[in-house]
Amino acid sequence: MGTVWGWVSDRWEVVVLAVLAVAPLVIPALGGALGGQVTTLFIYCILALGLNVMVGYTGLLHLGIAAFFGIGAYVLAILTVPTFPFQIGWLAAAAVSIAVTAGIGLALGAPTLRLRGDYLAIVTLGFGEVAKVTLRNLEQVTGGMKGLNPVPPPGAGVTVAGTDLGLAFAVDPRWFYYLTLASLAGVVWAMRRLENSRLGRAWVAVREDELAASAMGISATRVKLSAFAMSSAVAALAGCLYAASLSTTADPNAYDFNRSILVLCAVILGGLGSIPGTLLGVAILVGFDTVLAPWADSLIQQLNINPSGSSLLSFSGWRLAIFGIALVLVMRYRPEGLIPSRRLAAELHGDQR
Amino acid sequence: MSALFFLQQCLIGLTNGALVALMALGYTMVYGIIRLINFAHGDLIMLGACLALTLVGAFGLEAAGTATAGVATWLGIALLVGLCGLFCGLVNVAVDRLVYRPLRDAPKLAPLVSAIGVSFIFMNIGLFWLGPADRSFPQLLPTANLLPGEGLQFGWKDLLVLVVVVPLMAALMVLVKSTRLGKAMRAVSQDETAAALVGVDVDRVIAATFFLGGFLGGAASVIYGLYINTIGFQMGFQNGLYAFTAAVLGGIGSIPGAVIGGLVIGLVRALSTAYVGERWAGAMVFAILIVILVFRPEGLLGRRTKEKV
Repeated sequence: MGTVWGWVSDRWEVVVLAVLAVAPLVIPALGGALGGQVTTLFIYCILALGLNVMVGYTGLLHLGIAAFFGIGAYVLAILTVPTFPFQIGWLAAAAVSIAVTAGIGLALGAPTLRLRGDYLAIVTLGFGEVAKVTLRNLEQVTGGMKGLNPVPPPGAGVTVAGTDLGLAFAVDPRWFYYLTLASLAGVVWAMRRLENSRLGRAWVAVREDELAASAMGISATRVKLSAFAMSSAVAALAGCLYAASLSTTADPNAYDFNRSILVLCAVILGGLGSIPGTLLGVAILVGFDTVLAPWADSLIQQLNINPSGSSLLSFSGWRLAIFGIALVLVMRYRPEGLIPSRRLAAELHGDQR
Repeated sequence: MSALFFLQQCLIGLTNGALVALMALGYTMVYGIIRLINFAHGDLIMLGACLALTLVGAFGLEAAGTATAGVATWLGIALLVGLCGLFCGLVNVAVDRLVYRPLRDAPKLAPLVSAIGVSFIFMNIGLFWLGPADRSFPQLLPTANLLPGEGLQFGWKDLLVLVVVVPLMAALMVLVKSTRLGKAMRAVSQDETAAALVGVDVDRVIAATFFLGGFLGGAASVIYGLYINTIGFQMGFQNGLYAFTAAVLGGIGSIPGAVIGGLVIGLVRALSTAYVGERWAGAMVFAILIVILVFRPEGLLGRRTKEKV
């Protein structure tokens, strides 16, 4: 018995992936609106894994990840929507978008990385606000509050074995389910490899002690810059999937500070630098908003507790407070997160500094 | 004309900036003493504004005519500032006791996330208190211009900002520079352990800092209501963002820095609203923040600290 459990806990990614891959075949609801919600959840998981590179591995507080998410979505949209002359197809556009967003991350990081921790955080926050305002106000390029649409689905115009892929994506949400699941699996695999690579260990070394790391011959600036670029690139991938799955970039407020904070809370709640922790954090926070809150509201409605419609008696009226209390309690009793990374757990419960 | 217009915008900017500075002090004091970015401070100010609106109704304060405001109005405003200050100060101390104090030895990001959680809780309280829509705050002061001639506008409201903000800041400076408590605060800020070793009650000093920062925030909330005349449960976020930016711009942890940062932000916002357009004003503030930090990484008045091994 123990060995079976050991096998599972060592390869949890494979088990979870298998379950998620089979799920749409067993649960028909995943072919409907629920499938769309789960797709969004996967996209936030990718975004959070991107943020985890900076906050978790490298220890740089980033308060503007949503801006990179948004830039990724908008660059993809500019390259694919019919209002612009490019229309180069989703895959090529996503590649360009990821490269461009990583470049923007580098351009922001290069002059600001010498800032001490909290100052760097405020620069990323400021950049997030600048990016949001720019997306909103540059109407000729970004469509202002309307956003850019329609973003064609991946594979539009490509026919494989008699099926138009674009049409298939547009009709059945399960195509997006599998596309985002596959992307998420790819990102998790890449992060696993990175964690144990030379670069991944350098990230952690810089987080733990920048001076000692430099003394060992690690170039802290280059290591931090690579973390910046990697975070931005993964966020852009999430943005490309997001815009395609909604077939619009949505309005710029979808990429504001609240979004950045939500993802940051997910990463810290789950456990900094821990891949399963990050995924669990996103599942809890996003799941609370999109699944639990509407469900509890309809339950209250059905039980007829609240005939006057007072917000004091509706679940979503208390949404912020519940969210806040949960964050406070988790930080109080498990400050290392729900599933801490092994290294951090050892540090906190071993010899207290 | 255009010089006059420029001067007018500067005046608006400085008045607004004084208000931002008063809010920024709460961030900078708490950061200075326990290195915590207190995300809930903006929402604490929002709660103060809720209380102020309720009290205005309870006291029966009425909108003033165009000429002057009566003694009763001024006394009422003074009482509002005192009560809201006290309220925010005590709430801040309670939050520190319940939420932040147990986390003193936790990883650095834990109190930060808790502060975000507290800000959500405050917002929910504000939502129940005010309702989801913005509420208008009564115009208690007359709108007459105090300056002679037709050119520059400087009304009672602008005067109010100055007569509340300047003495409070002066009092704070005196308190931090030359009282026992101020000395203890500076000691804890420099080295908590060493301060405890020489007999400073660290927890009490931190609580006092939270009280002072909260008090200034409560005062700011009354001024905000009277000056901007619109409050809503989401006002804390945007104002907190500007105030926090002001604190960082001036060099977070430095009290004169927060004042200068607030004034700079007020000026930048007023001038970019006038010359570039209001919708770019927010972006201009943050763009200038980034540029200043690139060239002066510790903020305008921040001290350069050596990294310790």
